[in-house]
Amino acid sequence: MSRKTLTRRQFVAATAMSSTALIAAPYVRGAYAAGKLSIGFWDHWVPGANDASTALVKEWGEKEKVEVSIDYITSNNKKIELTAAAEAQAKSGHDILQMPSWWPHAYSENLEPLNDVMEPLIKQNGEVNGTVKYLAQSGGKWLAVPATPGSQIKGPCSRIDLMKKHAGIDVQEMYPAGGPPKDDNWTLETFLKAAEACQKAGFPFGIGLGETTDSVDTAGAIFQSFGAELVNAKGDVTVKTDAVRQALEFYKKLIAVLPADAPSWDDASNNKWLISGRGAMIMNPPSAWAVAKRDAPQVAEQCWTHGFPSGPKGRFAPFLPYFWGVWSFGKNKEAAKSLLVHLSSPAAIEKFVVASGGYDLPAYANMTKLKTWAEEGPPKGTLFHYPDPYHRQTLSIAASPAPPKIAQQIYFQATLTKMALRFAQGEKMETALAWAEDECEGFMRT
Amino acid sequence: MPPGMSRQGALALRPHDKGVDRSPASSFIFRQKAHSMADVVVQQGRLVRNARPRKASGLRNMLGRKSTVAFFLTLPLILLIALLVLYPAFFSLYLATLNKAMTKFVGLGNFTFLFKRETFWMVVKQSCIFAVTAVVFKALIGFIVAHFVHNIPGKKQRKWRGMLLVPWVIPPAMSTLAWLWLFDPSYSAFNYTLSFFGVGPIPWLGETFWARFSVILVNVWYGAPFFLIMYLAALKSVPDQLYEAAAIDGANWWQKIWYITLPMMRNIIAITTLFSLIVTFANFDIVRILTSGGPLDTTHLFATWAFQVGIQSSDIPLGACVSLFMVPILAVAAIFILRDVSKRGNEA
Repeated sequence: MSRKTLTRRQFVAATAMSSTALIAAPYVRGAYAAGKLSIGFWDHWVPGANDASTALVKEWGEKEKVEVSIDYITSNNKKIELTAAAEAQAKSGHDILQMPSWWPHAYSENLEPLNDVMEPLIKQNGEVNGTVKYLAQSGGKWLAVPATPGSQIKGPCSRIDLMKKHAGIDVQEMYPAGGPPKDDNWTLETFLKAAEACQKAGFPFGIGLGETTDSVDTAGAIFQSFGAELVNAKGDVTVKTDAVRQALEFYKKLIAVLPADAPSWDDASNNKWLISGRGAMIMNPPSAWAVAKRDAPQVAEQCWTHGFPSGPKGRFAPFLPYFWGVWSFGKNKEAAKSLLVHLSSPAAIEKFVVASGGYDLPAYANMTKLKTWAEEGPPKGTLFHYPDPYHRQTLSIAASPAPPKIAQQIYFQATLTKMALRFAQGEKMETALAWAEDECEGFMRT
Repeated sequence: MPPGMSRQGALALRPHDKGVDRSPASSFIFRQKAHSMADVVVQQGRLVRNARPRKASGLRNMLGRKSTVAFFLTLPLILLIALLVLYPAFFSLYLATLNKAMTKFVGLGNFTFLFKRETFWMVVKQSCIFAVTAVVFKALIGFIVAHFVHNIPGKKQRKWRGMLLVPWVIPPAMSTLAWLWLFDPSYSAFNYTLSFFGVGPIPWLGETFWARFSVILVNVWYGAPFFLIMYLAALKSVPDQLYEAAAIDGANWWQKIWYITLPMMRNIIAITTLFSLIVTFANFDIVRILTSGGPLDTTHLFATWAFQVGIQSSDIPLGACVSLFMVPILAVAAIFILRDVSKRGNEA
């Protein structure tokens, strides 16, 4: 076999020719010229709802020539929170990660500012509610974009028949489909009387007193209706106030008419309570109603989702938003921002709402009167008031307005429900308050 | 049977097999034979080794050593443990010394903070109650059922062993979900059954006493088969001759258990208890699924509270700190139990 040797002169000539060819060659735009984008979305519990996200992302990817990959991550057993914690620690992971309510603040140092995305979106879709600002803004910086999938109001879902029969309240008349609510008399006092009447009739309200979000969210809205804050916006502990005392007195009366095992309820318990036909009301997004449609249609036909009762300081409803965050260590941040704009367009929002059967709530003021909520049933119009179309409620989250990193701990340690339960189970008011104060002081760690 | 080994010799190694003369005299003869055969094998090995020409290569010598081979055989496991156990353990030690934002070294600050928390001491107390109660009941039930199973003859015993192991082989996250449905407030099968007797409804997971009872019950249900199988193996290794001798001396069933069974099983009981104590102390899934620590944190264990503090409340250093508190408590238990085991080993 002959062996051809390459002279130095030949090597130099070949290198020069190759370099010239590379530089002079025309720029060829490949199928995925704008790179790759990796996304972690919340795995929607509504069958088929993920398809809407996939279709929207695919449509954008093809237009922008970006190769996209999506992981749907379940929220069961805090899988999303674990993913966020792992990616923030490793400084590596998805470019966009959907995260629950408190996480934008928890990882604020690792998130890309999104003011250039949010400001045009607000102009386009209307103002966002205060809870979204509270949870996703820090020092004028937008940490994340509110995601329509998964965001929800946990207002009352009442049994029309049982409320009429035992409490004398016609919830359909109070919250008519297609019209503004006539809710002037729908106060915490009326609510408590109805709870007592329904409990007496054997159909107690299904409100949890456990440590999971449904229980905490209801407690949060009730405490806020009294103006009760455990820690104020400045970060001062304000447990021992008259407002907190009033809220505790109210809760004690309410707990007396709730199911005996409410302290152990998780987020599925209230759904089961309604579907089993044993309760006249629960505080939940329409997921319980949607499951009842399939498993207990006779119960679903009697369900009506409506607004929260008002207290001395206003009408507050628990709002639990999801967010899309872009990691600052992401590899394709510009593409990520472009996709978030696409997913927040009015057309995309409408697709999310339709695909989830009305469960998903946009955070923008102009997007609360979509036809899905007016048309869903049976009974027709059952979801009309779910998105608070007439803005009668202050959408809030439990433990606000405390600084989010403190509030997150009050929220997940369920300090509100625990304090109410301690007092209701016989602990002295001042002892319960002292316990809560001590807990809150412990949450001040930085 | 190895070549050259007599039928009698082979039997001597398995004195409990059917068809073997178990009288003390015959048993003695078998042992003698087996012993002499073992000597031959050892001597053969030595002869072969001596006949092998000596090599100068140190590497070959090293590789030829049994300890080196053993090290290489266990290396994959050592690496796996280093990666999945040692690294996370040391990393959690490091995390426990940081502030909440993980930007500053605070030394033992997190530990001193925990000492002042009421909930922390409640979790310490509850973890001890949970682990000790569950292990005692698991050991007791395992011991009693192992005796029952040991007395079932032949093939039937195999079926019972298989059936009784079922709770232990089902992943606990799955079986605990089934228990959750049994305790469910709306659809509790237990309360439904009790209602026929005019009892209940019992708030299984809603009151402190019942919630603690329920999580311990599920843990005992899940863990008792492990004790059963360990004790059964130990029971089978107790020579029948001892019981026969005791029977001749007029011992009753309790004396047989107290003076023969328990002393013969002591090491197995100690090791099993230690192992179970560690696993039960570190339990997460049962409490997480059944109660999430409630009501009023009265069923939280170290692992569940560490998860709540570390992951849910985004205070990873404090969460790491809570989980590390298991180490000294379990270390003390391990020292006491293992010291006792090694002492007996030396006596033997």
